[in-house]
Amino acid sequence: MLLIRCPYCEEERPELEFRNAGEAHIARSANISGESDDDFEKFFFIRSNPKGIIYERWRHMHGCARFFNAVRDTVTDKFVMTYKAGEPKPSKLPKNSNEGVAK
Amino acid sequence: MKKYSVFAIAREAMRGHKGWEEQWSSPEPKKEYDVIIVGAGGHGLATAYYLATVHGITNVAVLEKGWLGGGNTGRNTTIIRSNYLYDESAGIYDHALKLWDGLSQELNYNVMYSARGVMMLAHNVHDIQVLKRHVHANRLNGIDNEWLTPEQAKEFCPPLNTSKDARYPVVGAALQRRGGTARHDAVAWGYARGASARGVHIIQNCEVTGVKRAANGAVTGVDTTRGFIGAKKVGVVAAGHSSVIMNMAGVRMPLESYPLQALVSEPIKPVVPCVVMSNTVHAYISQSDKGELVIGAGTDQYVSYSQTGGLHILQHTLDAICEMFPIFTRMKMLRSWGGIVDVTPDRSPILAKTPVPGLYVNCGWGTGGFKATPGSGHVFAHTIAKDDPHPINAPFTIERFRTGRLIDEAAAAAVAH
Repeated sequence: MLLIRCPYCEEERPELEFRNAGEAHIARSANISGESDDDFEKFFFIRSNPKGIIYERWRHMHGCARFFNAVRDTVTDKFVMTYKAGEPKPSKLPKNSNEGVAK
Repeated sequence: MKKYSVFAIAREAMRGHKGWEEQWSSPEPKKEYDVIIVGAGGHGLATAYYLATVHGITNVAVLEKGWLGGGNTGRNTTIIRSNYLYDESAGIYDHALKLWDGLSQELNYNVMYSARGVMMLAHNVHDIQVLKRHVHANRLNGIDNEWLTPEQAKEFCPPLNTSKDARYPVVGAALQRRGGTARHDAVAWGYARGASARGVHIIQNCEVTGVKRAANGAVTGVDTTRGFIGAKKVGVVAAGHSSVIMNMAGVRMPLESYPLQALVSEPIKPVVPCVVMSNTVHAYISQSDKGELVIGAGTDQYVSYSQTGGLHILQHTLDAICEMFPIFTRMKMLRSWGGIVDVTPDRSPILAKTPVPGLYVNCGWGTGGFKATPGSGHVFAHTIAKDDPHPINAPFTIERFRTGRLIDEAAAAAVAH
C-alpha cells in the first residue's frame, strides 16, 4: 500500500484514504460542445501512460476530500512530490525525492 | 518437429530419454524479416503460429524482452469463457472458445483445456437483472449460458456457501458450461513449438528500444538491444507495455496500465469442480490440476509498471472468498504476484491497423486476455497478412474512440473480465 502525502492536511496517510483520479493537467475545454472529434478524443480517451514519471491527480476521500496533484515514478511507485490543485506542473523535480514529500 | 505420442514416450523410455529435442530453437536474429511480432506471450506467439499455418508467412521473428511467456501469459488465472454482452465481444471471444476446443490436437501439445464450467454468482436484484440479460444476449448469439437457482448452483459447486444468512447471499447464478481453464504456460509453449517448427524465429532477451519509420511514415523495422532488425510489417502485442512501444512509433494510445494480482493456495484434494466468479464482491476462484486454489484479485487504482500491487487488494479478495467458501478460511496461501495489464476506456481490446503504415497493434485486453489467446492470434495474423482486419476484429479499431462507436463492456460488467 502506498503512503501518500496530502498537501492540504500536510500529513502522510495510507492509500486507503485516497482515490486516484487519473492523469493530471488535462484541461477541459471551456467550449466542450465545440470541440472537434480529434480534440475530444485526446481530452477524453488518450493518456500518456508513462513508464517513469507520471503527473496524476489524487483525492483525499476519507480526509479533507480535496483533489491534489502528485508526481510519482510508475516503475518504483515512489512519490517524488505532491502539490495543491491549481498549482502549475513543476518545471523542475526535487533531486532528493525524500525531501519534504512522501516516501 | 518430432510428433509427441504414446509411441514417442515408449521409444524414449527405451533409450533413456536422450532423443527429446528442444521444443523451439533460439536462432540469431536475421537482418530482416517479412513480419516482426513484438512480444512473445500467448497472443504474440499465436499470431506467429497462424501467420505460418494459415497464411504461409514463415519469415517471421517474435521478439521478447524477457523470456517466452514470462509476462501476463504466465501470470493470469487461466479462465476461459465467452459470455460477453455485446455482439462484437461475443464474436471474438467465442471465436477463441471454438479454437480452444481442439487446440491440443492441432498443436500436438497438451494445453489442458478443461471445459469445467464458469459460474457467475448473483447476490442481489441488480446482479440477477444483469446476469439474466447476459444469458439472453448470449443465447441470441448462439453462446451457451444458463440461469441456475441457488440450489442448482450449490449442486454444481458443493463448497459454495448458499445459506440464506450468508454475508453475500447467493440468489442465483449464470453458468457457461463450455467455459473453464487451460494450462497457461503450455499455451505459450505449444504455439512457440508449432511456430518454430515452421521456421518462425523466436528471439528472447531482445528488447525493442525504438520503431524506425521511413520518410513516408511507413515502418522499416525496430531497434533492439541486439541491434536493428528490419521489417515492413510490425505487430505490437506487448500487453502492459503496448503504449510504450506505440509511443516509439509516435502513436499515442487510449490505454492505461495497472497492476493486477493473483495468488494460489497450498495444494489440496479436488474440491472446487468449476470456476466461480463474483463481480459484485470481486473474487474469482478455480482449482488447478496440481490442487492449488487459483484466486484472482482486482487491479490497483493507479498506473504502474511495477508488477506488484497493494496487499489490501489481495485482502479484499480473500475476505470475499472466505465469505463465499467458509471451508477455506484456514487455507494457507503459497504465492502472490502481479502483472501489468493495459486497459482501454471501454474495456474492449484493440486489434487493428494503426495510422502508421505497416504497424499493427493487438492490445487493451485488460484483465482478461488469456481466454482470447487463440482467437486473438488467429484474427490478428489475418489483419497483418492481408493488411485488412478479419470481419471478427473489424470493430476493434483504435478509431472507435474518435467516432464514439465503443464496445462498452466496461458499462456492461464493470469489473472482472
